Amino acid sequence: MWLPRLSTERLKRDDASLCDGKRPPLVIAGRANNALYVAALEARAQRLGLYKNQPLANARAITPDLTIIPADEKKDLELLERIVVWCDRFSPFVAAVPPDGLILDITGAAHLFGGEAAMLDHVTQKIGQQNFAVAAAIAGTSSAARALAKFAPGHIAAPGAEAAALARLPVAALAVDDKIIAALNRAGLKTIGQVQTRDRDELTARFGKAFVTTLEMLLGQHDQPISPRRPLPDLMAEQRFAEPIVTQDAIVACLLSLAGSLSGILEQRGLGLRRLTASFFRADGQVRRIALRLGGASRDADRVMRLLRERLDSLSDPLDPGFGFDVIRLEAMLTERIEISATSFDSDEHAKHEIQYLADRLSARHGEARVLRFVAQDTHIPEAQSVAVPAEDREFADRVWPSRHLKNDPPLRPLRLFEKPEEINVPFATAPDGPPSFFRWRRAQFDVARAEGPERIAMEWWRNISASEKRTEAASKAQTKSENETAPPRPGDKSEAQYPTRDYFRVETRQGQRFWLYRDGLYLQNGLAPRWYLHGIFA
Amino acid sequence: MNKYEKVEELRHFLARYGLPRERPALTLGATDVDRALGGGLIPGALHEVYAQDWAAAGFAACLAIRLAGDKPLFWVRPDYEALEYGALHAQGLAELGGRPDNLFLIKTATAADALAAASDILACPHAGALVLEISGQPKALDLVAGRRLNFIAAETGASCILLREGAEAFPSAAQTRWHVSSASSEGDDWGLPTFTADLSRNRLGPTGCWRLTWNPEDGLFREPAREQHAPYDSSQKNFGRVAAASFDRTAEERRRIAL
Repeated sequence: MWLPRLSTERLKRDDASLCDGKRPPLVIAGRANNALYVAALEARAQRLGLYKNQPLANARAITPDLTIIPADEKKDLELLERIVVWCDRFSPFVAAVPPDGLILDITGAAHLFGGEAAMLDHVTQKIGQQNFAVAAAIAGTSSAARALAKFAPGHIAAPGAEAAALARLPVAALAVDDKIIAALNRAGLKTIGQVQTRDRDELTARFGKAFVTTLEMLLGQHDQPISPRRPLPDLMAEQRFAEPIVTQDAIVACLLSLAGSLSGILEQRGLGLRRLTASFFRADGQVRRIALRLGGASRDADRVMRLLRERLDSLSDPLDPGFGFDVIRLEAMLTERIEISATSFDSDEHAKHEIQYLADRLSARHGEARVLRFVAQDTHIPEAQSVAVPAEDREFADRVWPSRHLKNDPPLRPLRLFEKPEEINVPFATAPDGPPSFFRWRRAQFDVARAEGPERIAMEWWRNISASEKRTEAASKAQTKSENETAPPRPGDKSEAQYPTRDYFRVETRQGQRFWLYRDGLYLQNGLAPRWYLHGIFA
Repeated sequence: MNKYEKVEELRHFLARYGLPRERPALTLGATDVDRALGGGLIPGALHEVYAQDWAAAGFAACLAIRLAGDKPLFWVRPDYEALEYGALHAQGLAELGGRPDNLFLIKTATAADALAAASDILACPHAGALVLEISGQPKALDLVAGRRLNFIAAETGASCILLREGAEAFPSAAQTRWHVSSASSEGDDWGLPTFTADLSRNRLGPTGCWRLTWNPEDGLFREPAREQHAPYDSSQKNFGRVAAASFDRTAEERRRIAL
């Protein structure tokens, strides 16, 4: 599909005064090689003899009275993207061809509209209703369709008949460099048909390999893959409405029937849903998509429906039907094979499924990032040892947790850990590298009665921790200075300065409260008093 | 109202608010406490843990580990709790004898969302226990909400532990209410988690106050022997009292050093 007047129509959509027929013709001015030229123009301006890529000065000489507006390619592209989204209703496989084209893969979709001709009519009519001039054509390959849309709109080339359909078109339809087109014209080759008759070797020698590839693509001998705007669903079910639906009941009923038909297809193929997208196409062109993820593959329509309803109920900006939805679609974005087995009497299996379903419901209601499970990590940095991941991510489910370090020993790690360790005020420690005898935290003083430690945890020197490097940069400068003045450097010094170690102490206060404290770096390592942090709270 | 009517009404009340008599109580391990509770803590009910200081979350976790058994343990808390009281550390739960692979953390935006999530979880009979952490006095948490949780829990048998930090007790339908503060370890060393647990409400029996030590190995509490060591005396404060000890000693080595 080609939208030849996209830029001018964009301006007209935004500014109604431009639609006035009495105003001077509209021209969009672009800038190339420091000169202004006509980037786009409306039909009225074209009738006056102006043309695209004409220097703006020439255009002004022909018609002094023009409305000239600078080009804005970014906004044009945005509009094109929005049209692409809107076109999702015709086929899930839509791609933008900047600056002013669209490609729809209608394989297997045309019969839904009553054949290719009927679909072409339907699509052009629908886009025309939105006040866009449109030229469209259907062909077996994307490049042939593109050429036909521009130079022979409305043409439907049967599979294999692309070469015949294109033969009459001028060489400009090849969409190659202007120089090559000029050269072809000079050589007397005016139409694509005439170019075809020439020997391929000749053409390669004269115009290069790329030209021949383009030609072959155009003639349907090769196809250029188009990349869809969104990932394609594995399966989908959709419902179209002659009259847009507005009420919640109707929407829910529609979703239920779609979920039913989707689960029917899934059952036939022995698949289950993992990821689902519900798309709501509003009559005024807005599209709302709602994604849903399931922890375990399922094709139970009721279950999917319940999750969808949870999701819809919890949306922060609720689904707004506006003037109604005219298409509602359910897409199975990710499916998985379900092993069909006799329902086991194993109650464990059943319980697992129920818990999975519960997690799905909670994720749908509160958001995926809020329902978490913990995954053990192979590191000794305390805050990184376990990572909370969404409960829907099953990939980590089989990691094994390390067992407790020592039998019959008090807990080594606190139940609660501050994401950002809180600095505490330690006037002095019992010994230069010992635990504090008292400290202040959150404006309260705690007297230490018992302490265990230190447990030294060094940062992972094999990783480049830029943040900690930055932090110690100033400190290491101070260190080099003091080193030069005092003792010779010890071999361990440098690495310890770059990757500060933490000496952790488990302390118990006089009241019995247990905290996990650490000293950042070594005592008087950099000539500075060490800083102390409270990292966690034990039971 | 004759006494038969009265009995009938009481039966009705019991049926309505659900004392799940058929569910066996889970012993907590300490004899005195179990006796007061009538055999132990009843699963499928609401239990409240009020914090006097920083130890209450640990106590709630211990109760939840005991009540959940092999079933999943859920921990529901509004986002802002982590800033004030620290994030939940799965390793720490493992150190208390819990199973981090069976732990679900649900972080909600508001206290009302947390209550809604709690209702959903308790409604699932395969959920083991739930720790619902709500600090302060949010409006959503009232007598009705508490009753609701207790009722749903009684239906399915999943237990709910309401952990309240920085909060005042309010009238509720809870089976038990504990006021928990930390207690010093036994002996001179850093020891197992120890709590002072004040049972201030018990729908089935007397109240009481105990010192309880949690043993992560068998997942039971026990009452430590009465004060063997002199209580901490601040006049004796000197740096020698606090001796740094290495973290990875075994219990045996510790004893040897103590001797």
